[in-house]
Amino acid sequence: MTVKDLVETLQLKVFSGSTGMNREVTGGYSSDLLSDVMGNAESGMVWITLQTHVNVMAIASLKELSAIILVKGFEPEENTLTQSNVEGIPILGTTLQTFEISGKLYQLLNS
Amino acid sequence: MNFEFKVQGGDFVRAGNASSQVKKILKQLNVDSAIIKRVVVALYEGEVNIAAHAFNGIINVEIDTERILIKLDDNGPGIPDIDLAMQPGYSTASPIVREMGFGAGMGLPNIKNNSDDFKISSVVGKGTHLEITVNLKSTKEEV
Ligand SMILES: Nc1ncnc2c1ncn2[C@@H]1O[C@H](COP(=O)(O)OP(=O)(O)OP(=O)(O)O)[C@@H](O)[C@H]1O
Ligand SMILES: [Mg+2]
Repeated sequence: MTVKDLVETLQLKVFSGSTGMNREVTGGYSSDLLSDVMGNAESGMVWITLQTHVNVMAIASLKELSAIILVKGFEPEENTLTQSNVEGIPILGTTLQTFEISGKLYQLLNS
Repeated sequence: MNFEFKVQGGDFVRAGNASSQVKKILKQLNVDSAIIKRVVVALYEGEVNIAAHAFNGIINVEIDTERILIKLDDNGPGIPDIDLAMQPGYSTASPIVREMGFGAGMGLPNIKNNSDDFKISSVVGKGTHLEITVNLKSTKEEV
């Protein structure tokens, strides 16, 4: 499953990083604690979070995550957007909260 | 090969810069990706700790055929109780830093878990010194 498939199925907003829409999604990780993600997420995962600042992109890039989903209508900060475009790692958005979008993603990836 | 990076306390925007540069260098050197992943996690956490907890610091990365040795030296408040600081969940991060999602108290444990050898020493009122070694022919499982 690619990021693009995910966007279509879960009706996500694409904020940035659209050159990375063909990245393969291997799983997901939901957390707002950066060193939790740093220590435990694996490459190819989608990261579900409410953090919007630029360090999120540093982590996504270092960990080679496939995309970020911002929950509850949160929007990325300006330099986060820029960095997402530079890295080609999409930042996506949903109005759902973490529990709901995590559940949907889990179901989708395991169906 | 030797590389040096400077880190400024409080500068979260640039935190991760050294990790990202080192990642590129290691990729160019065709280092095994599992090893790169471990180096990146350990270095990032060290880098962010300088930004979050110290005034400024210098990172020195030494790469040879056997291992990658990373030394992080900062001027800062130092760590009064290292055993306590090493415990998962222990953090003195400020409320503002916590709001950004730092301050889980998992940085130092992440460094330890991802290195083959890890040394930490600190002088209160002066600063903290970290030495992280990742062997290139490492057999340690990724954690
Ligand atoms: N370079 C440093 N200078 C001074 N104190 C430090 C330094 N590095 C770590 N510490 C102390 O050790 C504690 C634990 O560090 P650790 O990296 O494990 O967690 P954290 O930085 O608080 O949160 P996290 O890394 O999960 O975002 C810190 O809260 C701080 O009190
Ligand atoms: Mg830390």
